[in-house]
Amino acid sequence: MAFRFFAKSLLYGLPLGITFFDCVGYVARVDGTSMQPALNPVADVRDYVFLLRWGNHNSDVERGDIISLVSPKDPSQKIIKRVVGLQGDVVSTIGYRDPIVSVPQGHCWVEGDHTGHSMDSNTFGPVALGLMTAKAVAIVWPPERWRLLENELPRRRAPIQVAKTSHYN
Amino acid sequence: MIINWKRLSNIVRYTVAYAAITHCTFEYIGDFVLCKGPSMEPTLFTDNVLVTERLTKHWRGYKPGDIIIAVSPTNSKQCVCKRVVAVSGQEVRIAQPRSVANKTKPAMIKSYVPRGHIWIEGDNKDNSCDSRDYGPIPVGLIRSRVVYRVWPLADACGEL
Repeated sequence: MAFRFFAKSLLYGLPLGITFFDCVGYVARVDGTSMQPALNPVADVRDYVFLLRWGNHNSDVERGDIISLVSPKDPSQKIIKRVVGLQGDVVSTIGYRDPIVSVPQGHCWVEGDHTGHSMDSNTFGPVALGLMTAKAVAIVWPPERWRLLENELPRRRAPIQVAKTSHYN
Repeated sequence: MIINWKRLSNIVRYTVAYAAITHCTFEYIGDFVLCKGPSMEPTLFTDNVLVTERLTKHWRGYKPGDIIIAVSPTNSKQCVCKRVVAVSGQEVRIAQPRSVANKTKPAMIKSYVPRGHIWIEGDNKDNSCDSRDYGPIPVGLIRSRVVYRVWPLADACGEL
């Protein structure tokens, strides 16, 4: 009897849980130093971020958002980066094969905050927006690091025409 | 008006449970896709309904010849249905870029599909926007593999 109850709960509970994680969001651990100082500012202390999937329809991503995406080099790996340029933006790159890149349609330019220690668009070029899985909205663990993640883009990393317009305004 | 709360809560519970089960089935096992557009003619025609499965990537990987559904690299709201021509490490022949004014036949050059990428082409080579236009696409964009056509019934077939 107890086993039947357990099996039945599992049969309903498992799909419910997976659906919740798929539709609303989930918590994931950040590995590596590529997003310092925003994430993992101290080595050995891993941050846990809440990745929001609710209402993310790939198109409403903005410059400065931290997103998680499937790595274009290895589909089994997920990476977390900051969006620097959207489609149509002209980005000045750091160490990419072209010094200036116009981001093609349906793509975005992502970079880690820790320039030079990050495997990002400066290595593999613009990435398709379809690879984006979720948007990181908050650090949930450890408790002293609890905060919402701000949408911020260093001024020097703003796309070229954006930097120009904000300069003249 | 008397509301039977117990009955109502039962209905809500079963609706949510079955919605979740449906979501998981379609998201992890396989689903139905309505095919639009001419790029896969003579294999698939517009308004064909296809059964696709999502388990391949875990136990077999994608191979040349598979028909796959992928998110379009140029528009993340749209999906494309194409045939895999080459997987990462394999060689493809691409037309050398040239100006429109140059009417001669394009020279074909060799290229290799990079790691984690896949080369897709439509069966209708003259009317298909595929890797020949936007280059190899990341495997992460692939959603599922087409296994079966269920509609129209007269053309329902096994190996696609």
